[in-house]
Amino acid sequence: MAKTIEEINEKIKKGSAVVFTAEEIIDVAAEKGVEKAAQEVDVVTTGTFGPMCSSGAYFNVGHTKPRMKLGGGRVYLNDVPAYTGYAAVDLFLGATAMPDDDPRNKIFPGKFRYGGAYVIEELVAGKDVKLTATTYGTDCYPRKSLDTYICLKDMNEAVLFNIRNAYQNYNVAVNLSDKVIYTYMGVLQPKLRNANYCSAGQLSPLMNDPYYKTIGIGTRIFLGGGVGYVVGSGTQHNPDVKRTERGVPKMGSGTLAVKGDLKTMSPRWLRGTSFTGYGVTLTVGIGIPIPILNEEILQSTTVRDDEIWAQVVDYSDAYPNLVPGSLGEVTYKELKGGKITVQGREVPTSGLSSYARAREIAQTLKGWIGTGKFFLTQPAELLPSVDSGIAFKSLKERPIRKK
Amino acid sequence: MYKRRVVFSYPPHLVEQPVISRLVKDFDLTVNILRALVTPKEQGRMVLEITGTRSAVEAGINYIKEMGMELQPLAQDVKWHDDRCIHCTACISICPTKALDVNRSSMEVSFHRDKCIACELCIPACPYQAMEILF
Repeated sequence: MAKTIEEINEKIKKGSAVVFTAEEIIDVAAEKGVEKAAQEVDVVTTGTFGPMCSSGAYFNVGHTKPRMKLGGGRVYLNDVPAYTGYAAVDLFLGATAMPDDDPRNKIFPGKFRYGGAYVIEELVAGKDVKLTATTYGTDCYPRKSLDTYICLKDMNEAVLFNIRNAYQNYNVAVNLSDKVIYTYMGVLQPKLRNANYCSAGQLSPLMNDPYYKTIGIGTRIFLGGGVGYVVGSGTQHNPDVKRTERGVPKMGSGTLAVKGDLKTMSPRWLRGTSFTGYGVTLTVGIGIPIPILNEEILQSTTVRDDEIWAQVVDYSDAYPNLVPGSLGEVTYKELKGGKITVQGREVPTSGLSSYARAREIAQTLKGWIGTGKFFLTQPAELLPSVDSGIAFKSLKERPIRKK
Repeated sequence: MYKRRVVFSYPPHLVEQPVISRLVKDFDLTVNILRALVTPKEQGRMVLEITGTRSAVEAGINYIKEMGMELQPLAQDVKWHDDRCIHCTACISICPTKALDVNRSSMEVSFHRDKCIACELCIPACPYQAMEILF
C-alpha cells in the first residue's frame, strides 16, 4: 500500500509517525519483512558529517551611514576575502577562502589554520568577526572604507549556500609512491601504509535513495544543526556510473546543492577544518528524511555497509594526473572495520567522515520528526537520475596561442 | 617489569654531563629515547621510556631529580582536546602505538595517554587540531 507525503505529515502532526534511522531500519526490515515494514514505517532518517569544500555563505550586512558600495570593492571577514560581485552590501564567503597573507604551501606542508570555514563557524557560534572593506565612491554610495565588528544577529540575512555537498559515495585514497603526500583525503603514508575513505556508508543520505526517488528540489533537511533545503543537484552530479544490483553507485555519483538560514545553525555541525598541505574546508552536518512511500523506497533504505563498494585510488599519481581506473573495490564494512586489502597487502583505514556524528544526526532528525517539530516536503522536482543523459566532463583545453 | 614514560628537561650546566649512560650502567635500566632536543649551552629536553624493576626505576628517577633536572610524566605534554574531536578516525591508521584508538561499535575515538610516544604523526593528520603536543 503506497503512502503520500501528506499522509505521513498528518501522522507526524498526531505524533504517531513511525521513524527509524537508516541503520535501525536494516534490522527492522529483516525482522518484519520488507512488505510489512514498508506499511508500518513512515520515515527513515539519514545523516552525514564530513568535509565538504564547495560550501559557503552569503550575507547582507546592512547599509552603513553614509552608504558604501561594497559591491565591486574589497571585503574581508577576519582577514579572509569575501566575494563582492553583487549589489551594495551582499557578500559571499567561500569555505576554502583564506587570508591573503597565509603562506599556503610555501613552507611545505602548509598548515592552513584559518579560512572562510572558520569564519562561518565563529559567526554561527555567535562571535564577533572583523569586517574590513575598501571600495570606490559614487554619488549614491560615497563612503570608501569600513572597519567594524559584526556578528550574525546584526546581519539582515546570513544563509549557508553549498553548491556541492553529501557526495553519494567517494574514493578510498592511498599512496603508492615512496614519500608522504598531503591531500584533501588527508595525510597519506608512502607505499600503501594507510587508506582514507570519506562517506557515512549505510547512513549516508544518497546511499539510501540511490535513484533519487524521494529527494529533490525543496526537500527539507537537517543542515548544520538547523533546518535547510535541497536546492537541486550539486555540481558534478553524475548519476550514470557503475552501480550494484541494488542501484548503489560504486564510485562518486550524485551530489546535492543545499541552503539554510545560518542563524538557526550550530557550530557543532559546521566546523572549520584544515587539511595539512592542502587547504581549509568546512565540515558540514546533513540529515535527510526519506519518506517511505512504497516498498521499493523502503528496500533502498535497508542497504548495508557490506553492500556498498568504493574504488581505491592512488593519490600520488592516478588522481593528480587524471588517470582513470582504480586499484580495486572494497566495502564500507571493511573500511569501517579498520583494514582493507590492496595489491595483496593489508592496509589500515581511517575515515574522514564521522560515522559517530552521522549517527547522531540521523537520531536528532528522528527526534525532530517524532516530536512533531519537523515535517516532510514534496519536492518540486526530483534530482536528475541515471536516465537524465548527464555526462561528467573534464575540461577540454583549447590553448590560446600568443600572437 | 615496570615502565615509566617521562619528559625531563635540564639546565645548561648539565647539558654536557652523561646522564643516560649512568641510568643504564648504575641503575640497570633500559632507556628508550623517544624524542630529544639537546642544544649545547641551552636547555635540553627528552622524552624517555624507562624500563626496569620498580625500585630501580624509582632510584634512577631520584638520581635525575638530584642532578637538578625537572621531570614530569609524558601525559602532561600531550593533549587530546575531545571537544575539538569529531571522531572521524583520521588519526587511527597513523598512530603507531594505538594510543589513539576507535571503538568499532560506537565508532568513537579515544586517547590512551600511557601508550603515547609523542611521535607527533597525529598532528598533521588531524583536520580539527584536536591533538596538541607541547615539546
